[in-house]
Amino acid sequence: MSELAAQTAETTSTVREPVIRFEEVTKTFDRPDGRGEFVAVDRLSFDIGKGEIVAVLGKTGCGKSTMFNIVAGLIEATSGKASVIGHNPFREFAFFRGKIGIVFQGDRLMPWRSALDNVRLGLQILDCEAREAEAKAGRWLERLGLSGHEHDYPHALSGGMRQRVSIARAFAVDPEILLCDEPFSALDEMTARDLRAEFVRLVRQNEKTAVFITHQINEAMEIGDRVMVFHRPARIAYQARLTREMGAADRETVRSEIMQVLAIDRADDA
Amino acid sequence: MKNTRTLRILQAAVSMLALAGAWQILSYAFPPFLFPPVPAIISRTIEILITGSLLSDVLLTAWRIFAGLFGAFTVGGFLALVIGQSRTAENFITPVLTFFQGIPALSWVVFAIIWFHGIEFRVWFIMLMTTLPAFTFQILDAFRSMSKDLFEMTMSFRPSRTKLFRYLIVPTILPGILTAWKVNLCNAARVVVVAELVGATGGVGYELLKQQQLFDMAGAMAWTLQLVLFVLIAQQTINAIEAWTLRYRAVSERAM
Repeated sequence: MSELAAQTAETTSTVREPVIRFEEVTKTFDRPDGRGEFVAVDRLSFDIGKGEIVAVLGKTGCGKSTMFNIVAGLIEATSGKASVIGHNPFREFAFFRGKIGIVFQGDRLMPWRSALDNVRLGLQILDCEAREAEAKAGRWLERLGLSGHEHDYPHALSGGMRQRVSIARAFAVDPEILLCDEPFSALDEMTARDLRAEFVRLVRQNEKTAVFITHQINEAMEIGDRVMVFHRPARIAYQARLTREMGAADRETVRSEIMQVLAIDRADDA
Repeated sequence: MKNTRTLRILQAAVSMLALAGAWQILSYAFPPFLFPPVPAIISRTIEILITGSLLSDVLLTAWRIFAGLFGAFTVGGFLALVIGQSRTAENFITPVLTFFQGIPALSWVVFAIIWFHGIEFRVWFIMLMTTLPAFTFQILDAFRSMSKDLFEMTMSFRPSRTKLFRYLIVPTILPGILTAWKVNLCNAARVVVVAELVGATGGVGYELLKQQQLFDMAGAMAWTLQLVLFVLIAQQTINAIEAWTLRYRAVSERAM
């Protein structure tokens, strides 16, 4: 590990104002064939500070999405402690209403709702007044370049447009934390690049904390203030902080180190 | 698209005219109590429609069908949601419904006549019991086909149970509910006639029994047509509701 990454690891263990904290979190699942269980997340510990954008890298099946689901409160850790804003995301269901926004891998738009109504969904769940919800949803669609498509149903929109709607839906509830699970992986490179830039701009502008899962090194380095690389089962194999002041050479060093870590994983598979 | 629709209507009209033509030809070869001429059937049909006391029998049957279906839909929908959320409930309820499904409609008619005195309750009970399993299983299927992705997405906003039901479950099961209504409407129309034939003193089934006793084929056909007409109108109404509520569905460019 380079000096750069080592320094970073030290800083991240003492993150000030941690918004997301994992302490020795383990998640196991029963095997479908009934023969024992498999470990998806293995004693994972990390802190993510307020306003940080953390990109999580790892091979398919390394437990990134399981970690994501634990943070989102969709599943509960088998052991260890996962806390988000100081609370248990799985147990304290109502506390997190409106505090976490998620952009999924697919757009997950409700086909029976127009673009505007899809963006309004979270606001309706949060009991936002109808006129205000419509105005907010409309503003977010406008910010994401979808003016004129408010009343289009998802089937009438392109893949990129649909993903924009899902980003608008996540931002519209003004969450403190944004979780993104490979949101641009199904899009063509040009659209993905545009949306990435747009996403980072929105996260910074609105001072959100974001966890961005990806399997692309370039995407992780483009988006993250910090990159965490997971081994399988999920535990941190490497992490590095990426600053705007960082030179090309330093970035290249981080990139090659990430590649080395991922290559070790590939060799393990073989 | 408009031309295709016109063509479809024309083709349907031609096939119905061919059927009426074949009947008319048969009416020349057989006595009227077997095959009455088409104009006689039409005139009896119109007579029923314009005579208040006769039309009330048609409306009574229609009311019985709707009351029975609505009861089965309400109970079936509730059972489907309970089964859908609890494996234990499924283990208890499904065998009973499957058992009910195997009981012929006529048996329910006999049971109802033995158990109950009130005619309306009898018919309602028969309608309920014969259409309940189908409603339950169809709504359950729709509930189970709910997208896991959409469920997770909705849950990420942490909705209350009521909001989850309103914003996700109802729109998800709506197509299944409409299909269940369409399928059960035809079943109910058949069952209600049997129920009225044996256990009622009014309605299309009862009138059919009278026509049979009078050996009046034109009358029997005319009353049957009332029921067919009612089913067609109800089906078209459901189709219109379906087209409106499911208007979001993508239309293939080739179909345009």
